[in-house]
Amino acid sequence: MLYFLPTHEYARIEGNVATIGISEFAAHQLGNVVYVDMPEEDDEVTKGEDFGAIESVKAASDLFSPVSGTVIEVNEALVENPRLVNEDPMNNWIIKVEMSDPSELESLLTPEAYEKVCEAEKH
Amino acid sequence: MSEDLKKTCLHDLHTGLGALMSPFGGFDMPIQYDGIEQEHQAVRNNCGVFDVSHMGEVAVSGPDAERFVNHIFTNDVTGLPDGKVIYGMMLHPTGGVVDDLLVYKRGDNDFFLVINASNIDKDVEWIVSHAEGFDVKIDHQSDHWAELALQGPNAEKVMADVLGLDGSDLGFYTFKTVGDIIVSRTGYTGEDGFEIYADAETIRKYWQKLIDAGVQPCGLGCRDTLRFEAGLPLYGDELADDITPIEAGLGIFVKLDKPEFIGREALAVQKAEGPARKIVGIKVEGQAIPRHGYEVLDADGKVVGTVTTGYHSISLDKNIAMALIDAKSAALGTSLQVKVRRKVFPATVIKKRFYTPNYKK
Repeated sequence: MLYFLPTHEYARIEGNVATIGISEFAAHQLGNVVYVDMPEEDDEVTKGEDFGAIESVKAASDLFSPVSGTVIEVNEALVENPRLVNEDPMNNWIIKVEMSDPSELESLLTPEAYEKVCEAEKH
Repeated sequence: MSEDLKKTCLHDLHTGLGALMSPFGGFDMPIQYDGIEQEHQAVRNNCGVFDVSHMGEVAVSGPDAERFVNHIFTNDVTGLPDGKVIYGMMLHPTGGVVDDLLVYKRGDNDFFLVINASNIDKDVEWIVSHAEGFDVKIDHQSDHWAELALQGPNAEKVMADVLGLDGSDLGFYTFKTVGDIIVSRTGYTGEDGFEIYADAETIRKYWQKLIDAGVQPCGLGCRDTLRFEAGLPLYGDELADDITPIEAGLGIFVKLDKPEFIGREALAVQKAEGPARKIVGIKVEGQAIPRHGYEVLDADGKVVGTVTTGYHSISLDKNIAMALIDAKSAALGTSLQVKVRRKVFPATVIKKRFYTPNYKK
């Protein structure tokens, strides 16, 4: 299952684990990513609160977590090569989170609803 | 887009090129067309063109014009040759900066002032309100002039080939008038280049010719990364109503040996005593990028100032910043720290001219 926040983070759900990254739309809007500021393993994240930031040349954008839980993995490949996010953001995820409250997913956007958010931002 | 944002005469051409637009200085301006890095590299290595029509222009003439410009301006225009451009600031009596500007000397008691878009209303009011007792004519001409900046090592050739304007006879910080067009060898990128002032119709024609010839359109995004690398200040970041040119390290543009100008007394005292804070360059270790407003700490963790501009430098591939910090921590080589969100990163004071400009001699 795939969900989104209006702030352009996605959460791909497998079992109790959410794989979190940013959408194609956001990766394109940002331009070249030069740094991804990530939490560490075992850090707690909270739904709707920032867990890190993604930096392009121009600006730093906070990353918001779609779910609450514990970080079980960070994508170390982004440390050396943050531009992987530009190349394939849906596969080059940022963190994986063990969810503490899967019922939170109900309030996230479906891919169809998220598509409408992007359309609105284009205008 | 907010309805009260102004548009330059090239606005429709920017959106036609797919530019990312954003408010700047009261105008809806292009931030980037093809990406900040590509546009930045075009200016460093070849040539790029910027719409800078948002800049303001004020003509000052009349029998007392030279004396008046010297009254409101930190640099000295006394006996300046015709065709020279000079940089400096207008100051509050406190020494804080009303604006930084270019002054073009067109003839005896005939000056052309180029001011920042964000300060146009404030500056014009300031200039007019300090003209009492001077026999001068102040003509606010921002609505008449549009402006292009053609910047980069190939700017002279491109300007000649594409626009038929010869700049080979212009030295750095000089200008000439071709018909109703002003061409100056000036810029805000740390590269050789020209700024062209003309009416909207002419500027639209020039812009389209340059784009059709394959010249890279450049937005305000790379204008900021370029000027930052060259250590040039931006009003609102390194200069402000409460930051003096001495604090900003721009004392060479302040002629304290002039008999008088607004702000002179305050700056003379500050220069004699030494400023309590200074704009410095800093290099930050690690991948974190220092941004405007982030806290700068000393080695013990005490807050000593804030970042004024910071980037991952495109030309130098380092994380660097300008910061306004306590003078006690400002010596070259001083160990500092910068707070980037939750984490603190080590930093060192370095020279703030990060990139050595390639100006025409």
